[in-house]
Amino acid sequence: MKSSNNIHLSRRSFIKTSALAGGGMLIGFNLFQACKPEAKPPVDISQLNFNDFNAFIKIADNGMVTIFSPNPEIGQGVKTSMPMLIAEELDISWDNVRVVQGALDTENYTRQVAGGSQSIRLGWEPLRQTGATARQMLINAAAQRWNVDPKNCTTEAGVVKGPDGATLGYGELVKDAAVLEVPEEVTLKKPEDFTIIGKDIVNVDVDKIVTGKPLFGLDYKEDGMLTAVVMRAPSFGLKLKDYDASESKNVTGVVDIIDVKNRIAVLAKDTWTAMKARDLIKANWEEDTEIESTAMHDKKLMDLLNGKDFKTMRADGNVKKAFAEADQVLERVYESPFLPHNCMEPMNFFADVQDEKVRLVGPIQTPERTAQQVATLLERDVKDVSVEMTRMGGGFGRRLYGDFAQEAALISNIVKKPVKVVYTREDDMTAGVYRPAIKYKISASIKDGEITGYHLKEASINSNMYGLIPNFFPAGAIENYQVDVAKYDSNITTGAWRAPYTNFLSFAEQSFFDELAEVLGKDNIALRLELLEKVKGTTDERIQYSPERLQNVIREAVAKSGYGQPKEGVYQGFSSYYCHNTHVAEVADVVMENEVPVVKKVTCVVDCGVVVNPLGAKNQIEGGVLDGIGHAMYGNFTFEKGTPVDKNFNTYHLIRINETPQVETHFIKNDYAPTGLGEPALPPAGAAVANAIKIATGKRLYKQPFVNELKVKAPLG
Amino acid sequence: MPVYNLKINGTAHSIEADPDTPLLWVLRDHLNLVGTKYGCGIGQCGACTVHVDGTATRSCLLKVSMVEAMEITTIEGLSEDGSHPVQIAWKEIDVPQCGYCQAGQIMSASAFLNTNANPSKEDIRDAMSGNLCRCASYNRIEKAIETASSKLS
Repeated sequence: MKSSNNIHLSRRSFIKTSALAGGGMLIGFNLFQACKPEAKPPVDISQLNFNDFNAFIKIADNGMVTIFSPNPEIGQGVKTSMPMLIAEELDISWDNVRVVQGALDTENYTRQVAGGSQSIRLGWEPLRQTGATARQMLINAAAQRWNVDPKNCTTEAGVVKGPDGATLGYGELVKDAAVLEVPEEVTLKKPEDFTIIGKDIVNVDVDKIVTGKPLFGLDYKEDGMLTAVVMRAPSFGLKLKDYDASESKNVTGVVDIIDVKNRIAVLAKDTWTAMKARDLIKANWEEDTEIESTAMHDKKLMDLLNGKDFKTMRADGNVKKAFAEADQVLERVYESPFLPHNCMEPMNFFADVQDEKVRLVGPIQTPERTAQQVATLLERDVKDVSVEMTRMGGGFGRRLYGDFAQEAALISNIVKKPVKVVYTREDDMTAGVYRPAIKYKISASIKDGEITGYHLKEASINSNMYGLIPNFFPAGAIENYQVDVAKYDSNITTGAWRAPYTNFLSFAEQSFFDELAEVLGKDNIALRLELLEKVKGTTDERIQYSPERLQNVIREAVAKSGYGQPKEGVYQGFSSYYCHNTHVAEVADVVMENEVPVVKKVTCVVDCGVVVNPLGAKNQIEGGVLDGIGHAMYGNFTFEKGTPVDKNFNTYHLIRINETPQVETHFIKNDYAPTGLGEPALPPAGAAVANAIKIATGKRLYKQPFVNELKVKAPLG
Repeated sequence: MPVYNLKINGTAHSIEADPDTPLLWVLRDHLNLVGTKYGCGIGQCGACTVHVDGTATRSCLLKVSMVEAMEITTIEGLSEDGSHPVQIAWKEIDVPQCGYCQAGQIMSASAFLNTNANPSKEDIRDAMSGNLCRCASYNRIEKAIETASSKLS
């Protein structure tokens, strides 16, 4: 958004109002789609129906504003930042705003998905328009009362001001405003007039979090609920042959033990009993499909990378010719392992399957898809299935998949009782939907000291890069450019993991460019800027990164970190990347302590457009950078005999506080519409660290985790 | 099943449970004190940290039969209204992301500050290295403990 403007979209299609029976005004709106023509917001606040409206704003007659936020909270802060957008255009003081998650007993409603760092980007316009529409209705109500032109009225902090100095608080106007027609046209604020957007606002749930209130799926309880702990196949590729649960049945507190499609579920009155009894089951398993291992995957992926069986995702010019005519070719292979998500809150879900309806409650990013999957699974009408979201103790992609919700539904369907399925940490780590192991081969052809060709090959497990990723940098910068992908189909379940594909591709590419600069005898920053220069003015619509904005974050990161002029004993590594519509550059400062490289500081420059909530935004950046470093450095996750070698945190190393550098975050100031922050700070971190370690130790890293390559014992902090 | 007399957050409770039931599950399932979190069950993540006679302890490793007569404090009992200096610092610095591990972090930090009111950065990093945060809110945990320490001294 470059400046304020009148937007001629039909707000009537997605906003409707009602006067509340208890006083006040209720604004119902549907963020990403139109409301049904017959839909009406309720007059009783306890009857909010999220089927027709996925969010509500209540303005009470004392001027207090309650925003019923539709968004699931995984930890990215959208439950705070999205209401900020409404409050800004409504023109009220944040102190008078309360944010509430939709009521727990609401029936038959669905909401939107959280994922892909898209919430703020998609909500930016409609949420502000909603706030502005409500504000306009309050102005219209005041103007009517004063018998003046609404154009001559202004607002400030919850008060409408008339042309002659008269004022009316929003609370005094809600009764009149609620029955007015929804205006077709509203004016959005100019960025320089923002009073809430751009201010540091503390996470709206912080009081509940620091006092230990029940918020998460694992905290959810109902009367008569049983806890289920499930024995699943101990390896991918095995199926259940037979089992003996007689010992488990004798454990006091065990209510039932049932077969659930190749699994055995123990139902007990409490969690510990269910866990203990589950471990007493003696089960025999037999081979169903091939039992795989990391050694096998390494070979399969390397064969794919060296083979010819690729699908081409993008091809510019003639890569074959460029390589044939080259003076020199640089070719490097980069390797990554599978990764588990390891949300701190292990997977869990509540299901109550009854004849009339199916109720599901728990931490899930995809409620609509989950409702559909459960309906199909139980052969029920999807209208009978409701999914209620709790706060999520981390997501990182894992909670896009509803396997645990389906499991809960299957179990409850058999026992016809409310059931909460709980994973132990070992269950969570061994029954994952992992980031697939991936290998990249990147080659560049050099002729007369210039890069003439670039060929990226991906070999992955189960799935390949998608969407616009093949069109990210350096697409558009190099005349002869090609991206090829191949995959091996495994029985190990894989899926999205924070910044899918780019979480490792960025490491490969940004390590490669540093090495390429070395081979060319060029400055690594100058090389990046020079390549980006060539992308300027591109008419290729697939190229959505902005060369100007990427150059800008690169220059700013150099300036803020003092890159190129490090203090004595400090080794700096550089990396820049675009993904999830956000441009980022990072510089890692590494020092040698007892001959071990230690990351001390990361300077991160981010262009995400308008920063809605700097306090929350910085939290995402700090977390993303440290998560990126943690997994690049320590994420050692291998399979043997079809199952992960590491099953809990005693052997699987997640980064700890004593291993973390300080993250210094800078935002580029501009008025572009805001873009996502949950993911984009993660991908560049690995290469920034690896490029610094190369300078510090002389060793170039091609494989994650770095601990294995550096042959040092953790911790490196 | 045996009955155990526990003192939790200043209140006496009689609990009927198997002797090997971890305190964590007694708190969560028997007493509905769900602020104490399950993360790993083997004392590696710190999400289940409570104070036992003032010392930060992993409640997943403590059997109910071992804690009779001990003073147990959970996040719900750290203060009545979230006013403990560590809780205030946590809010001020806006530490949490997903928030799941934070009760454990706060319980570790508050017990630590009782033993070392003016810790160095290194002291803080060492003391808190037993608590995992998957969102990696570590920089802010460090800052919040410094803030709390300055409030305490």
